[in-house]
Amino acid sequence: MADSIRDPPAENTDFQELEDGEDLLLESAAARESEPASLPAVDISTKTNGPKQDSLFDEDTEDLFAEATEEVSLDSPERDVLLSEGPSPAITPITPPISVITPRIGHAHDDMFTHSSFDEIEEEEGGDSFDIHISVSDPEKVGDGMNAYMAYKVTTKTSMSLFRQKDFSVKRRFSDFLGLHSKLASKYLHIGYIVPPAPEKSIVGMTKVKVGKEDQSSNEFVEKRRSALERYLMRTVKHPILLKDPDVLQFLESSELPRAVNTQALSSAGILRMVNKAADAVNKMTIKMNESDAWFEEKQQHFENLDAQLRKLHASVESLVCHRKELSVNTAQFAKSAAMLGNSEDHTALSRALSQLAEVEEKIDQLHQDQANADFYLFSELLGDYVRLITAVKGVFDQRMKTWQKWQDSQMLLQKKREAEAKLQFANKPDKLQQTKDEIKEEIEELEGKVQQGERDFEQISKTIRKEVSRFERERVKDFKMIIVKYLESLVQTQQQLIKYWEAFLPEAKAIS
Amino acid sequence: MMQEGLDDGPDFLSEEDRGPRAVNVDLEMDATLQVDISDALSERDKVKFTVHTKSTLPNFKQNEFSVVRQHEEFIWLHDSFVENEDYAGYIIPPAPPRPDFDASREKLQKLGEGEGSMTKEEFTKMKQELEAEYLAIFKKTVAMHEVFLCRVAAHPVLRKDLNFHVFLEYNQDLSVRGKNKKEKLEDFFKNVVKSADGVLVAGVKDVDDFFEHEKTFLLEYHNRVKDSSAKCDRMIRSHKNAADDMNRIASSLYMLGTQDSTDLCKFFLKVSELFEKTRKIEARVAADEDLKLADLLKYYLRESQAAKDLLYRRSRSLVDYENANKALDKARAKNRDVLQAENNQQLCCHKFEKISESAKQELVDFKTRRVAAFRKNLVELAELELKHAKGNLQLLQSCLGVLKGNT
Repeated sequence: MADSIRDPPAENTDFQELEDGEDLLLESAAARESEPASLPAVDISTKTNGPKQDSLFDEDTEDLFAEATEEVSLDSPERDVLLSEGPSPAITPITPPISVITPRIGHAHDDMFTHSSFDEIEEEEGGDSFDIHISVSDPEKVGDGMNAYMAYKVTTKTSMSLFRQKDFSVKRRFSDFLGLHSKLASKYLHIGYIVPPAPEKSIVGMTKVKVGKEDQSSNEFVEKRRSALERYLMRTVKHPILLKDPDVLQFLESSELPRAVNTQALSSAGILRMVNKAADAVNKMTIKMNESDAWFEEKQQHFENLDAQLRKLHASVESLVCHRKELSVNTAQFAKSAAMLGNSEDHTALSRALSQLAEVEEKIDQLHQDQANADFYLFSELLGDYVRLITAVKGVFDQRMKTWQKWQDSQMLLQKKREAEAKLQFANKPDKLQQTKDEIKEEIEELEGKVQQGERDFEQISKTIRKEVSRFERERVKDFKMIIVKYLESLVQTQQQLIKYWEAFLPEAKAIS
Repeated sequence: MMQEGLDDGPDFLSEEDRGPRAVNVDLEMDATLQVDISDALSERDKVKFTVHTKSTLPNFKQNEFSVVRQHEEFIWLHDSFVENEDYAGYIIPPAPPRPDFDASREKLQKLGEGEGSMTKEEFTKMKQELEAEYLAIFKKTVAMHEVFLCRVAAHPVLRKDLNFHVFLEYNQDLSVRGKNKKEKLEDFFKNVVKSADGVLVAGVKDVDDFFEHEKTFLLEYHNRVKDSSAKCDRMIRSHKNAADDMNRIASSLYMLGTQDSTDLCKFFLKVSELFEKTRKIEARVAADEDLKLADLLKYYLRESQAAKDLLYRRSRSLVDYENANKALDKARAKNRDVLQAENNQQLCCHKFEKISESAKQELVDFKTRRVAAFRKNLVELAELELKHAKGNLQLLQSCLGVLKGNT
């Protein structure tokens, strides 16, 4: 890993020394590096853009970190790792509060992202607080037959100055969401950002809807999808970087969106994706990385465990949903049967009581149905979302490995070229010698640059991942707490209703004489 | 008091079911003859019931005594009632169902086989539950056998039956072997004949309004009770399945809680605890519904069948009576064997009238018992459901209080 703090290469004009000794980072609760300000900082003032500048000092971190003080105390091991020096990256993001890069520039973003540090955007003081709410609603079938699709209304309500309006909506279809995710993934995954995964495709489910079956299962499918899309968007905008991505903003705001054909499973892009995935899987097996940072090893293990546990829990909750739905159906059937029994009973008071029992059971079956929905939409989907999210997290760790590999490859190549150069010194072909020597010298210079770049990339991605993981964990804690509390409240409601129903029935039963 | 071959697992059943009286059929217990099952032992494939009698009747040698009986001997007693012509006019108390631990045993076996694939805690938990289930089934079978004896003891005529007294008192094995293949086949044919006959006889319209009404009523009632009983069982099984899922969820949450490094670990542990407790309540709800509703319906399924059998016997005797009348007319016309025909006719008439009289009373009693039993059980069901729902609510609310307070 990087052995010392070094000056950035001359070709990159983005870096400048920071003379100011102030460590602005320490003002924010999530101060990462406690380095003094003698380190080179990133000043991306040359790339600033337009009037939206100020809004980029988005301090949603205030929000997150305010709560983080409870959950991740300054003494927590996680923090300590972040604060410790060890093999930490060379560049400390201490920003002058003026200029910050805006990701609204669509082009050449690769360069920008690797060299600039988005840390500034997060750790800035002032600016908008995180206030945005997105809802997905009104699924509408558009078109007919196999070309039909569902259009969803995406409504954004926000007070953030990032947006042109405070309250606006657009129509989007499922492939638009997939297109958005695919764009974000291609931009951010390889530099270590955890991009929330989009909801899964379902050929069976969609076919039913296209064919026009207006039955309960296709309604449930649409509702399930609508809910998943809403959660997906909210997760995406909660990410401070992704929120400001021009693709995200375009998705939320513009009335017309170019059709994302590359998201179709059977398109050429889809097939390419599959091939790449397979290649990645093979590569992953062959990369043997010398992990010098225990933090990464520990975190990877942590996520493996978490993945296994969540999957198990998810399976149990899905089973509960299934059984509760069964219970609801069986209770309804029993209710009908009890009503029939009541009808045939010739003792009047008992007959009436049995009919009442049938009514109670019918109400209870509806209660079970509602509870099963809560089981699913709150608990089960939360778990499903996190199982998919953890896959994205694992992907980011894999990207780091790939980056490391690239760096190592460059280094090996450089080594080879140097050896070749040394060999040439002892060769005895004077005419060719000078030309080849020059060529090799050029190649060596190029490779040296590549090696340095590779190392920087690796350090950058490592840093980004650390931040992302800590943000992810914070969000995870928040999410789970909030949703599980909501779920328990649904259980409370069910019990309260049950009490009401049985209390109404009891006098009826006692009235049998 | 109860001696079972198992550990007494966690109290799976409601408090009301400590004793063996699971299904209360509101019997009038007479001081002159009291019967109960004071003990039971579960062995490999049979259950041994200790039948305890307290009586002031003179025909018994002692005032208080006990014998050990097995299921087959109960069946023998029941069948002897059914085959006794003198009892044709009574509703014969339905025989207790055979003790069936097969399902439970199979589950225990499967658990044993799968022991390697689950954690120690999971295994112990599931074992405890299965043992509790076994215990519940055991208690139920004891209760059913006891109810049968009590019904007989409460019946003014049946209680005097000699076979009954032998059953109660004879402290040796009654050597009542189970029916062998041939006898079982005979039984099968008898039943076929009876149902065919029953259909024929049911078609005969009765002059007496009371019996006509009862026939229609019982036919329909029996079918509907059968349906309700089956649907009730399915509902309760779903309930048990849901409770099992909660058990697994509790375990998973516990694992998550112990492994998580964030603030969530305490959260998960608390919720895991909640699910554990809530599941126990859900299981109790299912068990109580089983006891108060499902068993009630099953019992009246059997009783209504017994009542139907009574009506069948009466109709049969009516047909015999009418046939005897016809035969008498024929004999008189031919002036041959008139006396014999007359005697036969008198016999049939007498039999028919005797059955009709007692049947009427029996059916009225049946209704009274039924109404009382339903009332008692429905009230108890509602009370238990309320109790459990309130308990559950309190658990949930207190847990929510803790969780919200900490966040």
